[in-house]
Amino acid sequence: MNRVAIDQDRCKACRLCIGACRFELLALGKDLNAKGYHPVEVLDASKCVACAQCATLCPEGAIAVYRGVK
Amino acid sequence: MSEQTQAQIQTQTQTQEKVVFERTRVLTPKHTHYCPGCTHGIAHRLVAEVIDELGIQEKTIGVCPVGCSVLAYDYFDLDMQEAAHGRAPAVATGIRRVLPPDRYVFTYQGDGDLASIGMAEIVHAANRGEKLTVVFINNGIYGMTGGQMAPTTLPGMKTTTSPYGRKPEECGHPIRVSELLNTLVAPRFIARGALSSVKEIVRAKRLIRQAFELQHTGFTFVELLSTCPTGWGLPPDKAMRWLEHNMMPFFKTGVLRGPDAMPEAAMPYAPDLTVGDAKSTNGKEA
Repeated sequence: MNRVAIDQDRCKACRLCIGACRFELLALGKDLNAKGYHPVEVLDASKCVACAQCATLCPEGAIAVYRGVK
Repeated sequence: MSEQTQAQIQTQTQTQEKVVFERTRVLTPKHTHYCPGCTHGIAHRLVAEVIDELGIQEKTIGVCPVGCSVLAYDYFDLDMQEAAHGRAPAVATGIRRVLPPDRYVFTYQGDGDLASIGMAEIVHAANRGEKLTVVFINNGIYGMTGGQMAPTTLPGMKTTTSPYGRKPEECGHPIRVSELLNTLVAPRFIARGALSSVKEIVRAKRLIRQAFELQHTGFTFVELLSTCPTGWGLPPDKAMRWLEHNMMPFFKTGVLRGPDAMPEAAMPYAPDLTVGDAKSTNGKEA
């Protein structure tokens, strides 16, 4: 399965990745991080195609994307 | 869980996963101080990824500007040097001339730094054809000091020092720095990219890579159109759309000068230094 790993402490909740995901799999979480932002969470990783557009747009370099090998 | 099973699971996950995107190791783990959605982070990452891909981390020296990216030396895992406001090309010239020629030297400058106080330094460094790469972040505003008008601010754009919009008759028109440098003979590569969408970011990375590859042949310059969500008073995604809609029609993206695109200004000019008459004998009798 594909996996999107988001560094919760690095995220500043700018929402650029949310707009980049064409499957709308990302959303702001409810928890606060150390900076006081609501970091982004993955809603449904099973629909992710690992296009890494969210990671390309992330200004903080907080997102890593892995493709599952079948 | 025993250590052996843990190791087994780890190797299993390693073999089952392929890395599509990971944070480059040329960036330090330090968290940036930039506002949410600031494209400085993207520009930092692109430069770091290019340095990583070219395998020149140990041979690269960066020069930081004054501005929002003044602390960039904390974020790049490279040898970095801070310069006085606008003087990064002059400092980089010194570094380039002192160190062995296989080193890579780049400066990272904003528009308040490069296009305003540092205009003399950048023009003369480009004119001398110093073997540098200059990464120029153009967001049309002074971000760090609170959103004042910069030389690249668009006409009619509201900033804290132009609350009714920039009036060209009072403050002049925005300066297209890439086009200005393109009138000089010496530069080898001048290009402009934008950090407004995934597509443009991938293109911009290619431009930065080309600039670093051509650096040892002469002066290379990459302008990156960026956003300042805080200074512009827009959310990050709307700031990106604003950039596409307003800045990109005025600041045209693409390669202005490169191996494939050489304007007339780049053609070498060697005058014979005699007075116009072809029969002149330089004042002496024949």
